[in-house]
Amino acid sequence: MDAAKSAGATRVRKLRLRIGTLSGVVPESMRFAFDVVCHDTMAQGATLEIETVPAACWCATCQAEFECENFFNECPRCHDVSGELRRGRELEIADVETS
Amino acid sequence: MCQECGCGSGGGDVKIGAHTHEQEHHHHGRERGHEHSHEHHDHGHEHGHAQGKQTLNLNRSLMEKNALLAERNRGFFHAKKLLVLNVVSSPGSGKTTFIRETAAKLGASLRVGVIVGDLATDNDAARLRTAGIPVVQITTGTVCHLDADMISKAAAQLDLDQLDVLVIENVGNLVCPADYDLGEDLRVVLLSVTEGEDKPLKYPPMFHSANVAIVTKNDMATAAGFNRDLALANLNRVSHHAHIFELSAKTGDGMKAWLDYLTNQRAAVNGK
Repeated sequence: MDAAKSAGATRVRKLRLRIGTLSGVVPESMRFAFDVVCHDTMAQGATLEIETVPAACWCATCQAEFECENFFNECPRCHDVSGELRRGRELEIADVETS
Repeated sequence: MCQECGCGSGGGDVKIGAHTHEQEHHHHGRERGHEHSHEHHDHGHEHGHAQGKQTLNLNRSLMEKNALLAERNRGFFHAKKLLVLNVVSSPGSGKTTFIRETAAKLGASLRVGVIVGDLATDNDAARLRTAGIPVVQITTGTVCHLDADMISKAAAQLDLDQLDVLVIENVGNLVCPADYDLGEDLRVVLLSVTEGEDKPLKYPPMFHSANVAIVTKNDMATAAGFNRDLALANLNRVSHHAHIFELSAKTGDGMKAWLDYLTNQRAAVNGK
């Protein structure tokens, strides 16, 4: 909202968040909280768009990433175990649409 | 309020030592209300060019503020030659006893100070204070974790020049504290033998983020029917990069390995 204000906007219409599948954030809860937090602010009634970032691990053997669903994973190519998470913990504001 | 569980939304001020600090997000909430009402007047004439739709690319982490404060804490603590531990576990795993015994056994070789976080009461601080350890209690009200800002305020109440190791006893919770860097050197997670071997599998973000994992209350392992091999296998799976210690703070069994490790870690910080 500070960014929107400094850009001279009076309303926030849409907010786009980037949320990793292993960030611990539940999109449904985020949506619920979003409406409550926006009430009586310049973002009242704004749309919340959530972009999901699939988690990925780095396999040192294959020198490549592979998608994963947890913190400890087996590389689908060489079956080595990797816990080096490269993506999936994101909790970021991508952009806001204002007017 | 934390993004994990929404704690802190019901009010209650954070109290650090003898002072009360209004929770910042509440403050912002109020500020926002005021600014909003002014805005319509102040920017009325600007509507012409601001009215059109525009997209502002922000690409900023929601945790950015805490991350910046945590890095500032880390720099400050390093300048003070302090080794800083963030001790996390579920409620009742034995954090306070473990910290008290660590401080007592280090004795004069390394001087330990503690910042302790709880939702309410200063019972833990009192237990540590009785043992002669310098301690600041943070009562978080309804907030389920400590953040970097609370730590910098609490640390200001300790005479850091008289300390070698600063231990932060986090709020007993294996979920939300995982997301809050406090500026520590080492995150130490405790798993007591009475909790069940599958805790690391149930709370992977916390165990995954730990530098050290400690199996506590080892003296009760037999009575609790603790399956040591399974617990270690689970720990190795989730906290695969962590140093693992097994000990009983109560009997002192296994404490030496941990204290030696701590002494080495502190020497490394001192050399920086």
